[in-house]
Amino acid sequence: MTQQQTVYLDHAATTPMVPEAIAVMTEQLARTGNASSLHAAGRAARRTVEEARELLASHLGARPSEVVFCSGGTEANNLAIKGLFWARRATDPARTRVLFSAIEHHALLDPVTWLAKHEGATVETTPVDKIGRIRLDALRQAVETDPGSVAAITTMWANNEMGTVQPVREVVELAAAHGIPVHSDAVQAAGYLPLDFGASGLDAMTITAHKLGGPVGVGALVIRREVEPVPLLHGGGQERDLRSGTIGVALIAAFAKAVEVTLARQAETTARIEALRARLVAGLTRVVPDAIVNGDPEPGAGHRLPNIAHVTFPGCEGDAMLMLLDAQGIECSTGSACAAGVPQPSHVLLAMGYDERAARGSLRFSLGHTSTEADVDRLLAVLPAVHERALAAGMVRQR
Amino acid sequence: MRVVAAMSGGVDSAVAAARALDAGHDVTGVHLALSRNPRSYRSGARGCCSIEDSNDARRAADALGIPFFVWDMSEEFADEVVDDFVAEYAAGRTPNPCLRCNEKIKFAAVLDRALALGFDAVATGHYAQLRTAADGTIEMHRATDHGKDQSYVLGVLTQEQLAHSLFPLGGSVKTDVRAEAAERGLQVATKPDSHDICFVADGDNAGWLAEKLGPRPGSVVDEQGTVLREHDGAYAFTIGQRRGLRLGVPADDGKPRFVLDIEPVSGTVTVGPRERLQVDALEGIRPLWCGTAPAGTLECTVQLRAHGDEHRASLTVDGDRVHVTLHDPASGIAPGQAVVVYDGTRVVGSATIARTHRREPVG
Repeated sequence: MTQQQTVYLDHAATTPMVPEAIAVMTEQLARTGNASSLHAAGRAARRTVEEARELLASHLGARPSEVVFCSGGTEANNLAIKGLFWARRATDPARTRVLFSAIEHHALLDPVTWLAKHEGATVETTPVDKIGRIRLDALRQAVETDPGSVAAITTMWANNEMGTVQPVREVVELAAAHGIPVHSDAVQAAGYLPLDFGASGLDAMTITAHKLGGPVGVGALVIRREVEPVPLLHGGGQERDLRSGTIGVALIAAFAKAVEVTLARQAETTARIEALRARLVAGLTRVVPDAIVNGDPEPGAGHRLPNIAHVTFPGCEGDAMLMLLDAQGIECSTGSACAAGVPQPSHVLLAMGYDERAARGSLRFSLGHTSTEADVDRLLAVLPAVHERALAAGMVRQR
Repeated sequence: MRVVAAMSGGVDSAVAAARALDAGHDVTGVHLALSRNPRSYRSGARGCCSIEDSNDARRAADALGIPFFVWDMSEEFADEVVDDFVAEYAAGRTPNPCLRCNEKIKFAAVLDRALALGFDAVATGHYAQLRTAADGTIEMHRATDHGKDQSYVLGVLTQEQLAHSLFPLGGSVKTDVRAEAAERGLQVATKPDSHDICFVADGDNAGWLAEKLGPRPGSVVDEQGTVLREHDGAYAFTIGQRRGLRLGVPADDGKPRFVLDIEPVSGTVTVGPRERLQVDALEGIRPLWCGTAPAGTLECTVQLRAHGDEHRASLTVDGDRVHVTLHDPASGIAPGQAVVVYDGTRVVGSATIARTHRREPVG
């Protein structure tokens, strides 16, 4: 087999660390010191963590005390939604409803489902439109039916499969009228859209390092001081008593550095990525005319992420195309979750009204800070042959 | 060649993939997801459908440094194998789902998909040998390891399918394959062999069928028609079965009794003495030939169940039916089972047993 340069088009799964973050992390890994210790080494570690917290807060429009470090997006989402539910129900037993959008990531869907199954929560899905944006009218109706029974609302900032940006501000306004806390999973948005936690009016927001050039294994729940969710992990109470566990100094330092570097270049990077995406979409529809690009076609922070192109190839199976592209050194995703390695039809596409076959015949190409025109051109060069084969294989299965 | 190595998560298919790679092929590992609701971990019976097996297959592929994917064949498997299995039992026959899976899934749905995707062949860990004859036809022969020989369950493959198949283990004995797996550092080296039907949990065939088919009461009778007991479903019985008949009263002559016949419509199960199980001729339908169909009368050997004995026989083909006269009588042969025909070590083809002839037919 000839070795070829791989083309990485799966930045929404995880994106390469920025060199500055690798440098900071490597330097920190060589140091000893528990940030909770009182001696000099401990104080040095603590200083690194607090400086990282301040840096991160300043870039996200938050106060340092609002940043709670944890292991990543899944933990932050669990802490937010379970913690908010338990806390609100404790102060007001009538508040048992959790409203969430149909297109949330499994890291939020599953804790919500768990609350319904084990904690007696009434969970209600907010439907989305054809481009994957939640329907505010439906959410308003759900809230106004009985506002006093809603414990929390959660809606992601931008969808991880489609890239469609959600109307977070409108959701917050709608909820604020009834004193309902709102959480947003901003994991996908953080690297590509300007986020201002304070201005957003959110009560809690999830971010994670590895989607914006930091390491895997660290993230944060940004949460207002007045909101006191019930913790998931009990122990030393290191993070505002909301999250216990020895603080990962090197991870946190690298996380903050990645945020600093990525956000400083964000306008420039996203403009470049948007142009690459345009090249990809134009080329794609030229070489495979019946391909359908899903989600919001409009660019811009209120519409969609600049880096995701989610495409349906009628008559093909996404996993067959993925395999054929992988054999050509091109790495992308079907965008949806796997069960035992088998891609499941995307719940996001199903919620958008697609049928199961279309939902299985889709791929997500996601660009990032290391993507180049050559990457896009290489994909476009191999795509016609790959598509033809996948189409043939799709016909075999429908026989 | 570009080869799909079907990897079950067991030791055989892992070594088969490794050997295909060593032979210079461009190998991609594929695990077949056959169950709609895969169990997280095996319970009792060794299946091929658990998440643990899928992970074992992935680990082996990673160790070999080959790409690995899971192909969802659960719909095809449910339609072609599981539903057929249930329908066959409901009709009073005894099917072999492994042959069915090879015929309809592994060397059909999977092979077709592989070919469409640009692969040239499918490699599996089956113990059988392929040889190219002087005229270019591919012959399938019994494996070197007679104890492990799986040519019986492959007897449904046609020339076209054989031409796109690789069985890298056919010339090896199992102990060597295990040793080789250990030598290659494959974690599955000591994994136990699979037995039983992969989709039936804990090997409880009767219980599984009862769940699918519901109660279908009937009687167990002797050859004179005397009712010995009632039962909840004839699918719990297999021709030749002796154990678990729970007949209460012993036979007049005190000898053990066996299931001789199952009548699917009434659900009547007939029992009788061992000698009445003897079959000396049978009729097969749905013949599948590995090459050209035999003309005239073929003196051959036949095998009537997996790991069963060989019987000397004469075979004549009559359109889509075959007539087999057994020179060595066989015992406990049920309609639905496959008769696989051999010329020496070479597999000639197979058919599904439709009817058996006893020296003194029952009833």
